[in-house]
Amino acid sequence: MSSPTDPDYSPLRAEGLGVRYDKRSVIDDLDIRVPPGSFTVIIGPNACGKSTLLRALAGLLPAATGSVLLDGRDIASFSAKDTARRLGLLPQGAVSPEGITVAELVARGRYAHQRLLRQWSPADESAVTEALRLTDVADLATRPVDELSGGQRQRVWIAMVLAQQTPLILLDEPTTYLDIAHQIEVLNLLHELNGQGRTIVAVLHDLNHAARYASHVIAVQNGRIVAQGPPGTTITADLVAEVFGLPNIVISDPLTGTPLVVPADTRLAHPVGRAEP
Amino acid sequence: MVTTLTKPARTGHGPTRAAWFVVAVVVLVGAAGLSVVVGANPMSPGTVLGTILGGGTDESRYLVWDQRIPRTAAGLVVGAALGVAGALIQAFTRNPLADPGILGVNAGAAFFVAVGITFFGVTSPYGYVWLACAGALVLTVGVYTIGSAGGDHAGPVRLTVTGVAIGAVFAGLTTGLTLTHPDSFDRMRGWSAGTLLERGFDVVLPVLPLVLLGLTLALVAAPGLNSIALGSDVARSQGVDVRRTRLAVLAAVTLLAGGATAVAGPLVFVGLVVPHLVRWTVGSDQRWIVVGSLLLGPALVLLSDVLGRILVLPSEMPVGIVTAFVGAPVLIILARRRSASAL
Amino acid sequence: MSAGSPGALDVGRRRVIVGIRGWSLIIGLRSAVIGVLVAVGILVLALLALALGDFPLTVAEVVGVVTGRLDGLPRIVVLEWRLPRAAAAILFGAALAVAGAIFQTVTRNPLASPDIIGLANGSFTGMLVALLLLGGSWPLLTAGSLIGGLAAAVVIYLLAYRGGLHGFRFIVVGIGVSAMLASVNTWLLLRAELETALFASAWGAGTLNSVTAVTAVPAGLCILLLLLLVPLVAPGVRQLDLGDDAASATGVAVGRARLAAIALAVCLVSVVTAVAGPIAFVALAAPQITRRLTRSPGIPFVPTALVGGALLLGSDLIAQHVVPLTVPVGVVTVVLGGGYLVWLLIHESRRRA
Repeated sequence: MSSPTDPDYSPLRAEGLGVRYDKRSVIDDLDIRVPPGSFTVIIGPNACGKSTLLRALAGLLPAATGSVLLDGRDIASFSAKDTARRLGLLPQGAVSPEGITVAELVARGRYAHQRLLRQWSPADESAVTEALRLTDVADLATRPVDELSGGQRQRVWIAMVLAQQTPLILLDEPTTYLDIAHQIEVLNLLHELNGQGRTIVAVLHDLNHAARYASHVIAVQNGRIVAQGPPGTTITADLVAEVFGLPNIVISDPLTGTPLVVPADTRLAHPVGRAEP
Repeated sequence: MVTTLTKPARTGHGPTRAAWFVVAVVVLVGAAGLSVVVGANPMSPGTVLGTILGGGTDESRYLVWDQRIPRTAAGLVVGAALGVAGALIQAFTRNPLADPGILGVNAGAAFFVAVGITFFGVTSPYGYVWLACAGALVLTVGVYTIGSAGGDHAGPVRLTVTGVAIGAVFAGLTTGLTLTHPDSFDRMRGWSAGTLLERGFDVVLPVLPLVLLGLTLALVAAPGLNSIALGSDVARSQGVDVRRTRLAVLAAVTLLAGGATAVAGPLVFVGLVVPHLVRWTVGSDQRWIVVGSLLLGPALVLLSDVLGRILVLPSEMPVGIVTAFVGAPVLIILARRRSASAL
Repeated sequence: MSAGSPGALDVGRRRVIVGIRGWSLIIGLRSAVIGVLVAVGILVLALLALALGDFPLTVAEVVGVVTGRLDGLPRIVVLEWRLPRAAAAILFGAALAVAGAIFQTVTRNPLASPDIIGLANGSFTGMLVALLLLGGSWPLLTAGSLIGGLAAAVVIYLLAYRGGLHGFRFIVVGIGVSAMLASVNTWLLLRAELETALFASAWGAGTLNSVTAVTAVPAGLCILLLLLLVPLVAPGVRQLDLGDDAASATGVAVGRARLAAIALAVCLVSVVTAVAGPIAFVALAAPQITRRLTRSPGIPFVPTALVGGALLLGSDLIAQHVVPLTVPVGVVTVVLGGGYLVWLLIHESRRRA
C-alpha cells in the first residue's frame, strides 16, 4: 500500500482496467497513473470512452476487469461516504431540485460529512461559506438556482463539489455549453484550486484548453490510451492526426508557449453554389 | 455538415417489413375466419362455408349471419379503431405508457353508461352505444379545454395529467354510483369487462362513420407525426402545421377510442400493447405503425374473443379479460429481449 | 440548546438549527409552521369524528371520555367504535402519504405512486382469492391481500430485473403484470354472487368500514414502526433528488438506498391495503400538496405524513356524514384527489397565462 511520501505514490490509478457496457467492452486493459497535485486532462474523440473512464475512476461504474486504486486501495472496498470524502466528482447531467437556492445546493455537497443527528455543524458552515467564496457566488447565495445563467450555474455545481472538501476532484466536461468567457473563467478557477494543492482530473473536449491548463495529458482512443504525459511533449500534430483524424499543425501559443493546435485548411477550392466575386 | 432530416431512422428494412405485413394480413384473415367458425355451438368449417355461400339450415344461417359475422365485424371495427388510436396517442404524448383512454374516453363513457342504467333504465347494448359515445366525447372535450388553457396549445404532458385527473374523478363517481345501486353494479360489471357478446350490426353501424372519420384523420396526420417526433421547430421548418396536426390527432383518438368503447366497453389493453408490438418489428415511421396497428389490432381482438368463447364453455370469458392475458406476456417477453427502445 | 445565530450562513430559506454538544437538527421554519397548523386541523377533525354519528355526542362529552371523567355508553361509543377508525384514518393516511413521497422522490416523477408496481391490483387479487376460494374470514382476507400485493411486486421485480433494473423495462413489465391481475380481478368479480361482488368491490375501492380495534391496533403498530425507519432512509432519498451520478458522487450508495427506500414504501402501502383495501390518490396527492404548501425544494416527510393523515380523516368524515349514501372512503379520496389535481392545473395555467 503506497503512502503520500512514496515517490511513486498516486492518489488515483487504474491497473488493467476494463469496463463493459451491456456486454460490450468500452475500455480495455487500461493503466493510468494520476500524478499527485497535477491538473490532469483526458482528451479524445467522441465516444472514445473518456467519460466512461472518468466515471470508472470515480467509482460510479464497476470494473469488469482490473481495478481502480484510490489512495492505494481498491475503490470498491471503500464505503460510499468514505469515497466521497476523498474524491469529488462533477458529473454531466446533474439535476437541481425545483426551487432550491444556491446555498442549499452547495450545502448538499456536505452529505458525506453529516449524520442523521448531525445535520449542520460549524464545519459544514465554514466549508459551504468557503466554497461560495472560492467560486465567487457568495452574493448569489440566497437566489434560486433556476434563475441563474449557465455560467453561474456551473460555478454553483463546482462550489457543491468544493464543499465536499476532497483532495481529489474529477470533472466531466465542465465547460460544455458555456460561452468562451465562462469557459476560461471555469478553467482559471480550476487552475487556482490546483494551485492550492488539490489534484484535478478533468475531461475536456477542447484540445487547446487542455494544452494550456493541464500539467498532465491522457489521450484516449477506442478505449485505449494512446499517449500520456506533459502537454508540451504529448500534444503533437502526429498525435492529433492519429487520434482525431484531423490534419493539423501544432505551433507554440504566442501568450503561454504551450502547444496550439491549428487545423489544416481542407476547404474545397470552389465550393458548390458560391458566387464568383 | 447538415444532416438531412426527412424520416426518422427505421429498424425495418423494405423486404423485412413487407414480409411482416404479409404475415399480419394472413394472421388477420385467419383470426376473422376463426371468429366465424368457432363458437359455443360447434359447427364444422364446411358447414360454415356452405352457409355463407347460400345453403345451410335455418339454425346454421342464424348462427352465422345473425351471430358470428356481425360479431366478427364488430371485432374488426373495434380492434382497428383501438390499434390506430393507441399508435396515435403514444406518438403524440411520446409516452410508452399511454393508452387511448388517458384523454378520459373510458371514464366518460363508463360514467354516462352508469348514469343511463341507474336513472334511465337503459339495458341494451344499443342504448349503451349512444350513452358511451356521448360520455366519451363530452369528457374528452372537457379534458382538452382544461388541458390546453393558458398557452402551449395542448402540450402532451399537460393533457396527459389532465386526462388522468379528470378520468380519475369520473371513475370515482362511477364507482360511487354503482356501489350504491346493486342493479347498476350488476349490469356495469358486465359492460366494464369489455365484451363483444350481443354486439351486432345494430351497434356497429351507428359508430362506423365516426371510426371511418377517425381513421381518415389518422392517415392524414401520420406523416406530420414523424416530423413532430423530431421536435416542433424542426417540424415547422419542414412545413408541418404543428397545431393542426395535433388537433387532428386528438380528434382522431377521440373518435376512434370513443367509438370502440361505445361498441364493446373499455378494452384498455389493446390500444396500449399493439403499437409497441408493431413498432418493434416495423420501425418508427408513423405511417407504417398506423397501418400495422390497423392490421394487428383486430387480429388481437378477434383472437382473444375466440379464446374467450371456448375457454370456459358453456359460458364465455369477455374479450377484455382475455386481451390482457394474450397481450401482456407478449409485451413482457419483448421488453426483456435485448435493449427494447422507448420510442 | 442553540439556535442558528443571526450572523450565520443565510441559505435563502428561514430555518432553525437545534442542537447540543455535536448533535444538530435542521428545522425549516415554514415547514414547521405548516406542520403545526395541519396537526391542529387533525385534532379538530378527530374531535368531529368522535362526536358525529348515529349516537351524537357533544365536544364536552368527547373530551370527558378522553380524560376519563365520563363513563358508560359514551365511553363505549368513543373508545370502541369511533376512536379505532379515526386513529386508523390518521395513521393509514400518513403511511400512504409517506410512501408516495418516497416513490416520487426516488423516481423523480411527481406523478409516480406505488400503484405502478401492481400493488393495488395484486392486493385485490389476493383478497378475492381468499374471499371466493378460501372462505373469507377477516384474517384470511388480510393475509391474502398482503401476500397478493407483495407477490405482485416481487414478480414484477423478478421479470424486470436483467442485470440491473432499467426504468423503461420496469415500467412496461409493471403495466403488463398489473393488467393481467386486473383482468383476473374483473373475471372473479364477474363470476361471484352479486352480494359478494358488491362487498369485494367496496373493499377494492378502499374502505375503513371494517376497521375495528382488532384490525387497527396491529396495523397501526406496524405502521408506526415503519415510519420510525423513514428517517434512516430519508437523507439518502433526498440526495437522489440531484440525479444518480451526483448522489453517488456526494456519498450515497445509490442502488442500496433506492432499494431500501422502495422496500419501505411498499411495506407501508401493503399494510394499509391489507386492512383497508387500495385507497387511491392519497399517495399521489398528499406529497404534492405538502410541497406546494411548504414551498420546499424536496418533499419534507413529517409535514407530508400529517397532510396525508388529515386528508384521509377528512375524506372518511365526508364519506360517512356528508354523502347521503354509504360510499367507501376510497371513492371520496379519488374524487377529491382528482379534483385537486384539476384545480392545480387550472391554477397553474392561469398563473402562466
